[in-house]
Amino acid sequence: MALAVIWTVLILVSVLCGLVNGTISQVAAAMTDGAAAAVQLCLGICGATCLWSGFINLMRAAGFLEKLSRALRPFLHRLFPQSAGDPETMEAVSANFSANLLGLGNAATPAGVLAAGRMERAGHTRDLAALVVLNSASIQLIPTTVAAVRAANGCQTPFDLLPAVWITSLLSCSAGLLTLRLLTVRRR
Amino acid sequence: MELFSALFAPGLVCLAAVCALCRRADIYAALTGGAADGLKLMARIFPSLLMMLTAVYMLRASGALDALTAFLAPVLKALGIPPQTVSIMLIRPLSGSGALAAGTELIAAYGPDSLIGRTAAVMLGSTETTFYVLAVYLGAGGAKKVRAAIPAAIAADLAGFTAAALAVRLFWR
Repeated sequence: MALAVIWTVLILVSVLCGLVNGTISQVAAAMTDGAAAAVQLCLGICGATCLWSGFINLMRAAGFLEKLSRALRPFLHRLFPQSAGDPETMEAVSANFSANLLGLGNAATPAGVLAAGRMERAGHTRDLAALVVLNSASIQLIPTTVAAVRAANGCQTPFDLLPAVWITSLLSCSAGLLTLRLLTVRRR
Repeated sequence: MELFSALFAPGLVCLAAVCALCRRADIYAALTGGAADGLKLMARIFPSLLMMLTAVYMLRASGALDALTAFLAPVLKALGIPPQTVSIMLIRPLSGSGALAAGTELIAAYGPDSLIGRTAAVMLGSTETTFYVLAVYLGAGGAKKVRAAIPAAIAADLAGFTAAALAVRLFWR
């Protein structure tokens, strides 16, 4: 429903601005241009997206997901102090975190919702808020779709921005957790 | 940096293939199964991408995006963010395919290796569809107790956008 409103606002603003600026004929032409560009984009990134989807599934078969999950355990204990003593919750949290890192959104959400439910029942609201914030800030290690879009536009080194993406993700997650801490400290 | 970028994908795949073979996993089935999932994902996002890209193209053609860019330029420039990326920042928390549409438009218009193209790509790669995630997790119940998560998630987005521009300038300027 929210998307319906967003889309309508975008179209409405376009038409109104088109009328005011006298660009309404360009707006009309842009309708079909946009649709054609979407087809071109999807064809352009389809190969790389499917390839990476296969590669990521391969990494899962190689046991990277479990290894990552185990390696992250001590770090996650610090991030989720209230739930640290609950192995089942921590297992779901680390499954959620490592699936997010690998870009497996379909695997991350069920594990995350499971962990959130357990935290809520246990009354661990600080941990729950941290989990929500971490999931709403991207922590994907390999942003495959973006790399595919760059490659489709003639970029020779689509992965050269990985370090920049990692630094940015780290800063954004830290900012989210810091804000959360400030807000919850003030409330007490 | 260049070597890392070139070695990253093939090296990672080799490592994963060898590790998986050592565990006697049917890696070919994993590869093709994953590719099939990728195709399904593309089919799932295509309709939304088409509608969003159409809307973004119309917004661009009407002059509304340029006006908005000019309007917010002083604030964004002060933060070191290329003002052209305003379309991504506005749509990103609300719609994943909308942000992809806005980002793709910028990457195509300015080039993937331009400052704007790179900033757009880093922004897309390091942020999430915040409100969708909030809806999934807070909709599951117990929303009232973790209301602080909403401003924190928005702060994370804002920090992400600023940091994206900063990181790109740090690496490529």
